[in-house]
Amino acid sequence: MVASKEYKVIGTRPIRHDGTDKVTGRAQYGADIRLTGMLYARVKRSPHAHAIIKKIDASKALALPGVKAVITHQDFPRPPEGVGTSGEGAPQPWRFQVENFLANKKVLYRGHAVAAVAATDAHIAEDALALIDVEYEELPPVLDVREAMSENAPILHDDLRTKDTTPLATNNTDKPSNVAAHTQIKRGDLEKGFAEADVVIEREFTTTMYHQGYIEPHNGTAYWSKDGHLTVWNSSQSHFVFRNQLANVLQIPTARVTVVPLEIGGGFGGKLYMYLEPLAALLSKQTGKPVKMWMTREEVFEATGPTSGAYVRVKMGMKKDGTITAGEAYMAFEAGAYPGSPVGGGMNGIFAPYNIPNIQVDGYDVVLNKPKTAAYRAPGTPAGEFPGDAVINELCDQLNLDPMDVRINNAAHDDDERPMGGNWGVIGALQCMEAMKNHPHYQSELQGENRGRGVAMGYWGNAGGETTSSASVNADGTVNLVLGSIDIGGTRPALAMQLAETLGIRAEDVWPRVVDTDGVGFNLFTAGSRTAFAGGWAAYELGQQIRAKMVERAAKIWECKEDEVAYGDDGIIRGPKDGDGKDRQFTFKELCGQLGRTGGIIEVGANINKTSVGVSFAGHIVDVEVDKDTGKVKILRYTAVQDVGTAIHPSYVEGQIQGGVAQGIGMALTEEYHFGGDGRMQNASFLDYRMPTALDLPMIETVLIEVPNPGHPYGVRGVGEVPIVPPLAAVQQAVAEATGHRFNNLPITPASILEALYPEE
Amino acid sequence: MINGEETEFLADSRDSLLDALRERIGLTGAKEGCNNGNCGACAVIMDGRLVNSCCVLAAEVENCDITTIEGVATQDGLHPLQQAFLEEAALQCGICTPGFIMSSKALLEQNPDPSEHDIRFWLSGNLCRCTGYDKIIRAVQSAATKMRG
Repeated sequence: MVASKEYKVIGTRPIRHDGTDKVTGRAQYGADIRLTGMLYARVKRSPHAHAIIKKIDASKALALPGVKAVITHQDFPRPPEGVGTSGEGAPQPWRFQVENFLANKKVLYRGHAVAAVAATDAHIAEDALALIDVEYEELPPVLDVREAMSENAPILHDDLRTKDTTPLATNNTDKPSNVAAHTQIKRGDLEKGFAEADVVIEREFTTTMYHQGYIEPHNGTAYWSKDGHLTVWNSSQSHFVFRNQLANVLQIPTARVTVVPLEIGGGFGGKLYMYLEPLAALLSKQTGKPVKMWMTREEVFEATGPTSGAYVRVKMGMKKDGTITAGEAYMAFEAGAYPGSPVGGGMNGIFAPYNIPNIQVDGYDVVLNKPKTAAYRAPGTPAGEFPGDAVINELCDQLNLDPMDVRINNAAHDDDERPMGGNWGVIGALQCMEAMKNHPHYQSELQGENRGRGVAMGYWGNAGGETTSSASVNADGTVNLVLGSIDIGGTRPALAMQLAETLGIRAEDVWPRVVDTDGVGFNLFTAGSRTAFAGGWAAYELGQQIRAKMVERAAKIWECKEDEVAYGDDGIIRGPKDGDGKDRQFTFKELCGQLGRTGGIIEVGANINKTSVGVSFAGHIVDVEVDKDTGKVKILRYTAVQDVGTAIHPSYVEGQIQGGVAQGIGMALTEEYHFGGDGRMQNASFLDYRMPTALDLPMIETVLIEVPNPGHPYGVRGVGEVPIVPPLAAVQQAVAEATGHRFNNLPITPASILEALYPEE
Repeated sequence: MINGEETEFLADSRDSLLDALRERIGLTGAKEGCNNGNCGACAVIMDGRLVNSCCVLAAEVENCDITTIEGVATQDGLHPLQQAFLEEAALQCGICTPGFIMSSKALLEQNPDPSEHDIRFWLSGNLCRCTGYDKIIRAVQSAATKMRG
């Protein structure tokens, strides 16, 4: 299936503008920066998961030659009242945000930052950490989400009360609780729905915390000048949001903070959050010098935000013909040390691909003594949607129904009512399901022992948000495109191509540049799969403005009315015939050469905030083989089908899908946060955390379905996030077929497979 | 010798080769992802052998011949691997790319016609979190074909 519209640039595969710098080692990432007179700073972290800080004594560290400053929570100004943007989720209290930068009175997880030290050399800063004495009074930690919700659990925050927004609001009490919030999605009549079913099953599922696993550790370098201007260089997904946060927590005017974005080495949601930048800023203020900070891999695992571990209980009813009559889910998500888990993503996702008349989903946001969670690719949805699709697969097995037929028969259609309210609009759920069913992979017979096949669907809502961009036209027909959204994996070409398409010129003739916070107006983060959509809208508007101005100039030259001039999609500007009856026209480049004489160069700006986001559906098919001696699961074949709206640069769309699949397979099989009873992560290294390597995966076939988003001039839907959702349930079903055991606790490690196969040993 | 140039530098006794390249010599193409040899982002070629520069002490490299990502392209243009990574869209964020190119270069120098499995096995010391490896494998296959002529 392809989009009906014919494009010249969209759908081609030009070489990305920033590519050469990235294959030659020239591209400058956050950690590559060196400033004259720069100091190096490290963070002192808590060895305990839950403790009261009795005393911090930095005198020995300060006495070490080369050490220039030590800061603690007390060096921050008093946090503003109220809440502020924090990553992709709901705004969080400033106080909690500042306490996560540096702990105040209590540490709430192992790795919680307690102090920071700046020195003339990285080794000296490291040595100084051991010389900072911190006296703790240890408290019992709570590490399991259900335990944290129980009556007698240790309480993390004495002042946290449950915010219950459900109709009955039963959890609203004046008692301190680790349950920060209870929310609900409901429609229809559950009892009636279950009564109509021929089979009803209820299952429990758990997923662990998972880390985004970006290869580049967090970093941040700051210089606080004598006149009070703060400049920060870093690798983030949201330099404008960071600027606003820094202005708030350090209490300086927004215009006196400049954040310079350097290249970013992966984020997947995890680099929407600040950890080091405010500390580097305070250390720079104290020392008068630029201060550089960076994390070790262990710090990245222990002290940044993974996604939530979750406990999910799902009950579903199905008729013998495969009609799903009711679905009920209970989701408890680990928020980590402060409120704000992505439970909403799980709640929205679980029944999204299907039109189920009777549903109820209850979500709980729960604090416990683990790192504060962050966004991770389709935040909350893999953990929330996996249980729903797993139960559908089990029901299909019990009723001996084809899992794709059942999905097709229950599919959500255009304009159906969404579980979370409102209507779907134009969606591609059914098209994905039909493409899966008809795919040679699904049609093929899986042969061989210990093998199994699984299918599953995924949903992600995508995002829009504030976007500002500008463009200027040069005399030689090239165009500079100024972007304020971070390019994390190919949005420079995706946005340049949309401007080129609008102008009828080549992608190579548009040069995109991501600029600092002084260079263009506010842009929301690079997250929610919003950048190709919203940045593309802005690029289209810039293109339309340039077209209008080019028409104006041509009319001036030809001394005719503007409405006699037409700007063609081929980039040719055509006017009325001249006195001799000859056609008059300019190529884009020819007219650019005349700009200087007809009023000067053209520069345009666009500010947009579009809500016409197109949602994404995807469905995956996987074949696995289980080694019954070792318990290892081998992925034999993988096919990922996705409604991508319009594939602007198909290679990078495929790449997003393949990358999401790899992360989802990691969640299903190998990755996990393994905590000891003391709250210490016992596998805080890449070797032990076990992300998939090249050897663990096959080629990943992608099928791009194009159901254009009617809310975008080129039909763009975000593509980056949804592909991480289906692998969990698809792999779980394939392993179930191969072994005869349903593993409802992820990851399905070799140890858990061997335990199930040989329970007596 | 670093990238064919005689190079002198002073390093702290605790500096790894990666520290020395990045902080003392100003060659920041080799990246730090883990600092313990797990991710391969810092890979360089030392006397013909692929090494993780975070696991080599700077003091050990005296009189060694080292090639970093900065020394892979020539005056004539990009190395076939670099060109193939661009054409096959084998990078997204690009932080692991220098390591993958160094590692692939070392592979093709000793095995000009590797199978898909050979490539996957050899590159399993390099972690990429963006691509799912598919396009990286294809880029190495495509470069290998071009280099064999």
